[in-house]
Amino acid sequence: MTGRPALDYSPHSETDVRELLGAVGADSIEELFAEVPAAVRFAGALRLPAGLSEAELMAELTRLAAADCPATGLVSFLGAGVYDHYVPAIVDAVVSRGEYLTAYTPYQPERSQGVLQSIFEYQSAVCELTGMEVSNASMYDAGTALAEASFLAGGQTRRGRIVVSEGVHPEYRQVLTTESAGYGPRPATVTLAAGASTDLGLLQDALGDDVAAVVLQQPNVFGALEDMAGAARLAHEAGALFVAVVDPLSLGLLTPPGDYGADIVVGEGQALGSPMSFGGPGLGFMAVTTKLMRRLPGRLVGETVDAEGRRGFVLTLQTREQHIRRERATSNICSNHALNALAAVVYLSWLGKEGFPALAELCARRAAYLRERLLELPGVEAYTTGPVFREFAVRLPLPAARLVDALVPRGFLAGVPMGRFGGAFGAVAAEVPSAGSAGESGNPAPAGGAAGGDPPAASDAAAALDDVLLLAVTERRTGEQIDAFVDAVAEVLTAGEGPPGDSPAATGGGPAAEGVDHA
Amino acid sequence: MAAESYPQDLKYYKEHDWVRLEGDEAVFGITWFAQDALGEIVYADLPDVGDTVTAGAPYGELESVKAVSDVFAPLSGEITDVNAVLEDEPQLVNEDCYGEGWILRVRLSDQVELEGLMDAEAYQQFLTEA
Repeated sequence: MTGRPALDYSPHSETDVRELLGAVGADSIEELFAEVPAAVRFAGALRLPAGLSEAELMAELTRLAAADCPATGLVSFLGAGVYDHYVPAIVDAVVSRGEYLTAYTPYQPERSQGVLQSIFEYQSAVCELTGMEVSNASMYDAGTALAEASFLAGGQTRRGRIVVSEGVHPEYRQVLTTESAGYGPRPATVTLAAGASTDLGLLQDALGDDVAAVVLQQPNVFGALEDMAGAARLAHEAGALFVAVVDPLSLGLLTPPGDYGADIVVGEGQALGSPMSFGGPGLGFMAVTTKLMRRLPGRLVGETVDAEGRRGFVLTLQTREQHIRRERATSNICSNHALNALAAVVYLSWLGKEGFPALAELCARRAAYLRERLLELPGVEAYTTGPVFREFAVRLPLPAARLVDALVPRGFLAGVPMGRFGGAFGAVAAEVPSAGSAGESGNPAPAGGAAGGDPPAASDAAAALDDVLLLAVTERRTGEQIDAFVDAVAEVLTAGEGPPGDSPAATGGGPAAEGVDHA
Repeated sequence: MAAESYPQDLKYYKEHDWVRLEGDEAVFGITWFAQDALGEIVYADLPDVGDTVTAGAPYGELESVKAVSDVFAPLSGEITDVNAVLEDEPQLVNEDCYGEGWILRVRLSDQVELEGLMDAEAYQQFLTEA
């Protein structure tokens, strides 16, 4: 390599490489890798540009970053698991303190009393929020927490199947399916009824004495409210556990899962003080009943007293974990998302017992207002029909992705086009009369029922969901923004499918459609 | 904790379990040696009445402050009773391993397996060799 910059941030200089090769007796990198069969080796040279100085690199990264279209720079109605809530300054002020800057539970835990106390308080907050008895120190995100819930249920019941409502976020279900390959109960799905809530009749049909757990999400991925108490009862009658996937902020308004008999509660805690950050890192939370405490994966901080009777904190019940239980451990998670968990507990403390329900109510009211306004527009129909919290789906007279594209240049992120998840749904979408799709529309009979693999109606469903848009309304959306958004939607709908000039690709400076995806 | 002892009226299994034969049933527990090796027991994860156990296979776990250990069935059969007191007072296994610290009662399915067990002397000999 020639022309190396003066300020060198490359880990291995040519001198380093020569020295290392010399130590192992190889003349070149090629010789070092000669053992690797040619068929699986990359041939030719990597097409990398020449090295840059730090200043040049910063300029290049700034240029690239300017091409991004962060959701925070637009009026965003994106949701589907990641929400645009205001993160108060106190959250950053606390989580930026050097003493707390760790992604993990500490390795010499009892020396880090401050971090342990913050985790203990996080756990206490999760228990209070969910109405459950024991919370762990947090997990990666809702999807991995759901997979752990499935393993826990399988271990507890010694049963081999887990029945999951299609109202559970398709990405969480995908993680569950991936993690369940070769270990844990096999996932099966139950389709949704019209109006987007889980069909409890179909759920009951799917149950049997091989079912370890039933999983429903509240509110579900379409924003619909589920009959959690009814589903929990069916699960328990079949000898299965009930797993509730919940939106933590909704618990400011809705019944806590502990009250309707949930055995395991998991969910995504990003909304509690973590930024959207293009989708991560998230915060998986997980809480269980005392009965299941010994099977709870992950770290657990307990309160105790030291030899002199002073209050202190320890990592407790570690015999559950793989460093003690070795190959018989039921989970390999030996850490948590400590920084996001800290953000969550600071956020919750900042809101307090009055602020938290008030915030939830504000979201619900604004979501209801937007839905009402949108449904006044010609051709817009309710997809989620019942009451909603901060998110709902509507059916549009045009493909949802097209509306989203047309609104970006106007400064709006209109929401998540549900067609992107089309393959993850069975008969539900096909049941709802749809202007845009032929096929199954108008047929009230659910085609799939409970199915383990791809539902038979999946392709119809995918097509039928193309016109469905999921919108989330947080407290950051003002009445003026909502009104302006509805006006902009109306303009696009009136203009048919939008004049060609409206497409972001044609606006030149505007962000490309891919760039706004799920930001 | 009680003093070391290996009662004469019991049979012993190589995984450090004891067996008290009562007709076609048997009571299982772990020996003084086993509970001493485990240390202070804080949790017992046990099967349910009606489950079956297989000689030589683990049927549950005993958790001490430092480790989790499988408990092995010395004989095969169907569980007719589980010592539910251990759920709240697992330390009974330490305090009275041959009495209140019993673990399972099993209806035996194969009397031939009895031939594989040791008497108290043979077990103590086994301990000195191990």
